[in-house]
Amino acid sequence: MNGVPSSTYFTVSPEWGWLITLYFFFGGLAGGAYFLAALIDFFGQPEDRPLARLGYYISFPCVIISGFLLVIDLHRPLRFWHMLIESNTFQPMFKYWSPMSAGSWALLIFGIFSFLSFLGALAESDRLRWSAAGRLRPPGVIAIVLALVGGLFGFYVAGYTGVLLAVTNRPIWSDTPLLGMLFIVSAASTSVALLILLAERAGWTMPGLAALYRMDIYVLGLELIVLIAVVVSLGPVWRAWLNLWGLLLGAIIVLGMLFPLALNWRKDWLGDFNVTATAALVLMGGFLLRIVIVFSSEGI
Amino acid sequence: MAEPMGFYTDTTVCIGCKACEVACKEWNQLPSTNGGVNTLSGDSYDNTRKLDGIHWRHVKFIEQFTETRQDGRWLLMSDVCKHCVHAACLEVCPTGAITRTEFDTVVIQSDACNGCRDCIAACPFGVIDINPVSGTAQKCTLCYDRLQSGMEPACSKACPTSSIQFGTVRELRGRAQQRLDQLHQAGVKRAYLYGADEKILGGLNSFYLLVDKPEVYGLPPDPKMPTRNLTSASLFSILGAVLVGFIGMVNFRNRGGRAHEETQP
Repeated sequence: MNGVPSSTYFTVSPEWGWLITLYFFFGGLAGGAYFLAALIDFFGQPEDRPLARLGYYISFPCVIISGFLLVIDLHRPLRFWHMLIESNTFQPMFKYWSPMSAGSWALLIFGIFSFLSFLGALAESDRLRWSAAGRLRPPGVIAIVLALVGGLFGFYVAGYTGVLLAVTNRPIWSDTPLLGMLFIVSAASTSVALLILLAERAGWTMPGLAALYRMDIYVLGLELIVLIAVVVSLGPVWRAWLNLWGLLLGAIIVLGMLFPLALNWRKDWLGDFNVTATAALVLMGGFLLRIVIVFSSEGI
Repeated sequence: MAEPMGFYTDTTVCIGCKACEVACKEWNQLPSTNGGVNTLSGDSYDNTRKLDGIHWRHVKFIEQFTETRQDGRWLLMSDVCKHCVHAACLEVCPTGAITRTEFDTVVIQSDACNGCRDCIAACPFGVIDINPVSGTAQKCTLCYDRLQSGMEPACSKACPTSSIQFGTVRELRGRAQQRLDQLHQAGVKRAYLYGADEKILGGLNSFYLLVDKPEVYGLPPDPKMPTRNLTSASLFSILGAVLVGFIGMVNFRNRGGRAHEETQP
């Protein structure tokens, strides 16, 4: 094919750069942290409630950051609402088959859920003196619906970005159907890492934290498997990573996945610094992974 | 709806005069590159280099020369938006800015576009880009304003060799087939039509007569719709969510307490 491995090589770059890369990271954290908080609400023990609140405290600011990043990335930022409302007819604008269209709605709806859960968490910890907001925390029906539906939207927000990349014609992105899956698993691993990091800094020792440590191992293992599957599924296009991006990807696998797994296995390697180092490496790995995915295609 | 309109570009008679580029720029009031300062490519007669937000027509100079430059040829092709029957850009556009007109052409409404650039990533031909003046994605409109007034697009009107021909797609396909038969009879067996039937994206309303492989002209041999990945990518994402959810539930329901005990001094 005239020296190129795929028809996707005849397209041009949309120049989705740092702002979109950061959005992929913060959007993943927003969705992942909300899902974890909901999980802790449903399956955790009463002592774990501060951990669930921490998840909601992380999620909502990350949604705000995500929205801000997306708006300023537009070449016409003041027209951000065109994603939701058709500007000529003022009818709702929604295309379920366009991940960017569906994702815009999902982010808006998830933002509302995230905000309500954030309010509930503030009220539960007496940081907000508003008794009605207390009903937004379990065991009430409203709180259960909120956590259940919000958790599902959290997954959507964390994963649709990978589907969005797949539903293009760009090299690498559209040459594998696995980026959405990779982003969801990576959102889980980075969110678990951030929760562990912040809880550890606060000196918490609730049972849910130990469950998160264990979950960390399985999710990182799954992420490694999915990443290898991504490389295999690329077929001849994997050669696009036979350069510095490939080296960085290798570093991510070693330092952001294998080394944290080893630190989980040998908890005494770095002494008191073990947990912090593990979490920080996973977070760094998750961010660098998104840099490689976005920029290695942008460079073609 | 009016009958589908389009371009038939016979690359064998293009002489690289770039009248189409100039006519397009003039009619559509597109800005110069680099603020009007002449920028030369330095290694080709092609100084436009690509289609983008301010170049809606681009004459490609494909220079095929031997190492010694004793022998060689130019392949010339005036490239433009293909106005695909199944248009990738229109499919993904999240604002509804990209529409199909009554002439079956694909047009970006600049007042509705917010510059998200999803269409740029989706176009299999690399046709669309941001116009730095408007901050919106732009490309050939097949002179929609001229068509509405019963006029011919500026580029085909200006073409001195009829390399670019405008008309109804049905009529153009007939003309292209006649020319193809003529070339085959004359011994130019490599000549073929690219996009004149439904095989490529349901048909390209702007199609080409070529004499080398599509990729030599910078055209994808097998362009696809971006939504080909939608179902599989969505299903794999759901699988990822299910696996993560399962891992979370198992660890919190069965092992949370036990792991806690294990970590206690």
